[in-house]
Formats: sequence, structure tokens, C-alpha cells
Amino acid sequence: MSAHSHLDGQLPHEPERATLEGRNKVLGFWLFLGGETVLFGTLFSAFLALRDQVGDGNPSGQELFKLMTVAIATVILLTSSLTSVFAIQAMHRNQVKAMQGWLILTVLLGLAFLGLEIYEFYEYVHEGHKFSTSAFSSSFYTLVGFHGAHVLFGIVWISLLIAQVARKGLNVVTAPKVYVAGMYWHFIDVVWVFIFTVVYLMGKVA
Amino acid sequence: MAHAHPVKRYTGLMDWLTTVDHKKIGILYLIAGGFFFLIGGLEALLIRVQLWKPLNNFVSADTYNELITMHGTTMIFLAAMPIIFAMMNAIVPLQIGARDVAFPFVNALGFWTFFFGGLLLNISWIAGAVPDAGWTSYLPLASPTYSTDKGVDYYVLGLQIAGIGTLVGGINFLVTIINMRAPGMSFMRMPMFTWSAFITSALILFAFPALTVGLVALMFDRLFSANFFEVSGGGNTVLWEHIFWIFGHPEVYILILPAFGIISEVIATFSRKRLFGYSSMVFATVLIGFLGFMVWAHHMFTVGLGPVANALFSIATMLIAVPTGIKIFNWIFTMWGGSIKFTAANLFAVGFVPTFVMGGVTGVMLAAAPADFQYHDSYFVVAHFHYVIVGGLVLGLFAGLHYWWPKMFGRMLGEGLGKLTFWTFFIGFHLTFFVQHFLGLLGMPRRVYTYLDGLGFNNMNLISTIGAFLMGVGTIIFIINIIVTSAKPKTAGNDPWEDGRTLEWAIPSPAPEYNFVQTPLVRGYDALWKEKMDGNEGMSPAEPIGPIHMPSPSILPFVMSLGLFIAGFGFMYANNDWQAGFFKDLFASHAVAGAGLLITLSCMVIRSLKDDHGFHIEPEELTNKGVKA
Repeated sequence: MSAHSHLDGQLPHEPERATLEGRNKVLGFWLFLGGETVLFGTLFSAFLALRDQVGDGNPSGQELFKLMTVAIATVILLTSSLTSVFAIQAMHRNQVKAMQGWLILTVLLGLAFLGLEIYEFYEYVHEGHKFSTSAFSSSFYTLVGFHGAHVLFGIVWISLLIAQVARKGLNVVTAPKVYVAGMYWHFIDVVWVFIFTVVYLMGKVA
Repeated sequence: MAHAHPVKRYTGLMDWLTTVDHKKIGILYLIAGGFFFLIGGLEALLIRVQLWKPLNNFVSADTYNELITMHGTTMIFLAAMPIIFAMMNAIVPLQIGARDVAFPFVNALGFWTFFFGGLLLNISWIAGAVPDAGWTSYLPLASPTYSTDKGVDYYVLGLQIAGIGTLVGGINFLVTIINMRAPGMSFMRMPMFTWSAFITSALILFAFPALTVGLVALMFDRLFSANFFEVSGGGNTVLWEHIFWIFGHPEVYILILPAFGIISEVIATFSRKRLFGYSSMVFATVLIGFLGFMVWAHHMFTVGLGPVANALFSIATMLIAVPTGIKIFNWIFTMWGGSIKFTAANLFAVGFVPTFVMGGVTGVMLAAAPADFQYHDSYFVVAHFHYVIVGGLVLGLFAGLHYWWPKMFGRMLGEGLGKLTFWTFFIGFHLTFFVQHFLGLLGMPRRVYTYLDGLGFNNMNLISTIGAFLMGVGTIIFIINIIVTSAKPKTAGNDPWEDGRTLEWAIPSPAPEYNFVQTPLVRGYDALWKEKMDGNEGMSPAEPIGPIHMPSPSILPFVMSLGLFIAGFGFMYANNDWQAGFFKDLFASHAVAGAGLLITLSCMVIRSLKDDHGFHIEPEELTNKGVKA
């Protein structure tokens, strides 16, 4: 009857879908990501519409972007997606310690990515690429900054989940939370793949 | 046992502030939406008083701009949408045989963010800086260069906060309808109103994030000197129009689809016939929802997108007439040969059909791009969208309110006063807006605060103003009806119309906290009607009687929304020209904005860390509470 009746530490194979609450959470989160897709889609459209509006004397994307830094950031974030997959796999094997370890690694990689992004923004501002410089700069910082804010939110969220699982253990209440946080982290990663392509690669080449 | 967690139950005001019960949240939506409807209606009357004669100076041009902006914004975001959410909350879980929505906490959060967003928007009247760039807030008019006071900031932040509530509400209903249907309630057995709520929620999910981005961009332009729409900085004003209408056109269908659903229920019930062409109705609803995303540029025919774009959007727009036409014929065929009862609810529903057809026909006229160059920005457009929104949605909402009032409150609205509401509102509506078609064709532009004598506008404007007051009288009669009804005893039975077809009529009025003592087993479309026809006493249960798990009430949704409300003020007044001193330090440092966001984020952390065990209602309590005279 109750959500807590799986006794003796015996978790079902997919604990995130074991209860109706869990299934609701996973489906609701998929739908939420659908809405987020529209959000980022609109931000991308705005950026594509405005990216050539650099203004006189301001640095263009071609001059600004350092592909090396961005490529390193990309590798870091893609790796963090992999570690979050390992965390969910460990969860499905009911290996709480391994799951926590992979989650901690995910958070650390996320922090490294965020550090690189802040450093990158800092450099750009010093080269005269400020938020209010041009339509290009406003739409650039809004798109990439929205993604960065999502990464920050994810880092705080997953850290809280690590603490929560450490206190309460893995059960049918905490498992769906970890699972949707993993979904969220993948989504952030996919968005970054598009940012890397549309903003940086196309900015450098096209 | 797992239900040893004592849960504090509140009474009185605290009960309403903390409730996560979808039926109570529905009532909250109705009260708040009704309140904003009255404010928006008052603004409409002031507009009509200004226009009743040429060169009138009842209000100034500035005030007039504020009135039209706030009338449109209030009516769409703060009156129509919340009353739709009121009906969805009150009825959808009952129609699918669910005990609650999928996310009761998020449901409460959706209500309170809408409420505080609406409050923020309307506080602009008190603050003396009212949004005045139209409900579409086109650039460059709404830019910091041309709208220098804080009016548009109230628009941006108020809508942003209210929009969060709408978005999470949409997700909640999607999950509820997908995951929480009773056994046997397959998708093709769902009542039409639930179907329309489902499609509307999907439209909300994919349309509102676009508005969020548009409002963020406008906010950044206004508060942080970004250049999205600043032409001098390389920005593009047409970008705003695209983003706004990519949201704005689906929004039109978000508004009208629930009305279609209500009309389908009311007409079938009072024709005492199965809804004609149910599956084509479902198909038409889905198709309208899909096409609704393909037509946004028909709001921009005169922008100059070129003949190819105009032609494509023109054809896509006209296509929508096909599924809409299917619906109109299905309603007529449902009535055909039925034994029709003209209750107040059914009067509204039957009145809806021809009225909405008129709005649809002018819609197809406007969809013809070359002709639109003549209609554009004239009163013809005003007449068109009031025919679909007032003649469509508002008549639908009145039908739904009269129909489901006993299920929401346990009392039947007075039929006599209800019919009087219909006739005054219906005649007033046509008086107000029918003549506006011709005013538009004669060349009267919309959004202009007065007109000259001798243009042939005088008589029709006078008629329009008289009609508006008649609609006001209709609304007052409706309120009187509510007051009179609320003094009567709660005597409505399970199925007060006696011809109820769907699951909500199988349970007491108003529904008990847990809705269904036992989850019902659905054996066909029109679940209750099928049992009646098979000679059964109500629904057969799909589960034994047992303890029912309920979510705990929580004050967090209220506090979270309050935090956003405070943050909105903080951002708005950060670069105010404060005199040096305490308030300047407080706002300019973004301390207020930060504190507001902190309140909201802390509530999210508390919600995540604190498990909600809920409580159980035991079988003994069920039998006592479930029985009604």
C-alpha cells in the first residue's frame, strides 16, 4: 500500500518507477525538459538572428572565441554526463556508495566546467565584449549564461541530493530524485553540444 | 504501519493558504480569476465611456493607453486563464476517476505564483506607473527609450511570475491525465473536457517558454541595458513580434480549446444524447492544437515578411477552419433529435455555437493576407477577437460554471437568474461588438483614444457602449445569483442534472476530499451513463475499500511565490532614482531582489529535504464522510 513498504533494503530493479509518485516525477520531468527545449530553442533563435550585429569596433566572435578553452570545457561536460550515467547504473545495482562517488565526480566536473566558463566570460569582458556592448554580446551572454545558470543549479541540486542520500539512504523516495537530476544533467549536456556547435564552431568558421 | 505520521490540519484562512486539494485550488483560481475579471471589465467600461461620443475627454490619452493595455493583459492572463484552470482543477481529476492531481504541491505553487504575478501587475495602478504599450508590448514603444517609467517593468515581471504558475500547472495536468486515469479509462474514453484540458496543457508547455524568453530579453533590455530590441545596438524589433506571437497564437487556442470541451459536455448532457462524432472531436482538437503553432505570422502580415511567408501562413490559418468546422457540425448533430433541455448552462452553450461561428468567419477573412492589409489595426480586428474570446471562451466559461457549480459548491445556481444572466450578457455582447465590424470597415483604428465627429462613427460607438453596460448588468446578475445561491442549503445530489454522463456525477456534490471512496471501474465512454443504461446503481469499484493516502497541506507554495513577488520589486526598483539613504542602499545593492530569490530557493531546498509522508484517511472515516442526504 505505502511507498515505504519495500523493507530489508531490497529495492526493486528500477526504484525510480516503483511508485506512482516516482512515475509521475519522471514523466513530469520529461515534459518539463520539453518546455526547456522550447526555452533554449527560442534563445538559440534570438542568438542566430542577432549574432552578426557586432557593432563598430567591437570584437566579433571570430576574434573572441578561443576554441581550446571551449573544447576543454566541452570534454569536461561530456565526461560529467558519462559519470552521471555510471551513477544511475550504480543506483540500479543498488550500490549506494558507488552511486555517491560518481555523483560527487559529476559535481566536481560541473564545477570545473563552470570555472572555465567564468574565466572565459572574464576574459571576454576585458576584451571589450560586455553584456551591453551589442546585440551580439547581449544574446551571447543570455544564451550561454542561461546554460551556465542551469549548470550551477544542477551542481547545487545534485550536491543536496548527495547529502540527502547520505542521510536517508537510497529508497523509492530518493531514487526518483536522483534519476530526474540525472536526466536534467544530460539535458544540460545536450544543450551544450548545440552551443558548442552553433555559437563557437559556427562563430569561428561561418 | 506507514501512516503513523501526524499531520497538522489547518482551518479557516490557513486552510486556504496551505491547501493542496485540487478542488479548493480550483475555487481559489475561480475567486482570484473572477476578481481580475471584474477589474478587467471595469477597465473595459471606462474605455467604452471614453468612446461613447466623439472627442470625449472622460480619460486622457495616457490613461486610455494604460486602460487598453491593462484590460487586454488582465483579461487574458489574469481572468480567462485562471478561470480555465479553475474548471480544470475542479473537474478533470473527477472526470478521470483520480483522487488528486499528479503534483498537488506544484498545483498550489501554480496558483500562488499566478496570484502574486497578477497582484504585481495590478499594483502598478497604485504605484502610478501603469503598463501602457499595449498587451502585445511591441518594441520600440516598450523599450527603455520610449517607455521611460516603470509601467512596462510591471508588465514584464508580473507576467513572468504569473507565467511560471501557468507552465507548472500545464505540466501537472499533462502528467495527471497520462498517469492517473482510473482502470478502464482509456484515452478514447476520456470526456471531451478532459481531452481539451490535455491538449491545452500541451500547448501551454510548448508556448509559454517562448514568452518567458521574450520577457527575459525585454527585461534585460530595460533593466540591464541589453540590446535585443535596441536598434542602435544592433537589436531587432521584429524579433520581439516573432517571439511574442510564437507564444501568442498558441495562447489563443489555449484559451478556446477548454471552452470547446465545456460546450461538448454541456450540449451532450442537455440534449440527453451521446456526443456526436466523439473520435472526430478528439481528432479535431489535436489538429487545432498542432496547427496552432504554425500560424503565428498571420499577426504580422503587414510587417513585410514577403509574399511567400504571407501566403504560407495565410493557408495554414485557413486550414484551422476545417477542424473547427467539424466541431461546429458535431455540436449541431448532437442536438439534432435530442430531447433538449434549455437550462441556463445549455443556453450559454447553444448561444456559443452561432456566436463562435461569426468569430470564425471573420477569422478566415483576416487570414486572407491581402485583405488583412485593409483590416489590420482597425476595429474589425477588435470585433473578431472579442467574438472568439468573449463570444467563444466567456460564454463557454459561463456554461461550465452554471453546469458544474453544484459539483464545486453543492448548491445549484438559480435557473431564473442564470437565464437572465444569459440574455443580458448575450444581447449586450452582440450590441457591443457586432457594430465594431462595421466601424473597422469604415476605417476606425483600434487603440486610439478618441475620434472626430462626422466620420459616421458616432451612432455605432454609442450602441457599442450601451451594449458594454448591458454585459456589465449581466455580470452583476451573475454575482447576485452567486450570493443568493450561497445562502441556500447544500442540497445538490450526486447527479443534480439527472442526465450526467461522466464520472464527476457519480460522487457527492461537492466531492469529498478524496473524491472517490473506491476508484471506479470504467467500462466505456460516458462512464456513468453506460452504468445507468445497464441498470446499475452508480459505478462498480475497481478496488476494495482501504485507507486513502493524502498529501499534507503546506505553506511553502505561498512563501515561494511571495519570494518571487519581492524579488520582482527588488529588480524593478534597483535603478530607481532613490534619494540617498536607506532605501537606495537596500534596492541599489540588489539586496531586496536577492532576498526574494533566496526565500524562493530556500523553500525549494526545504521541500526537497523534508519528505512529505502525507496522512491516511481510514475506511471508518470514509463511510461517514462519503454519505450525503
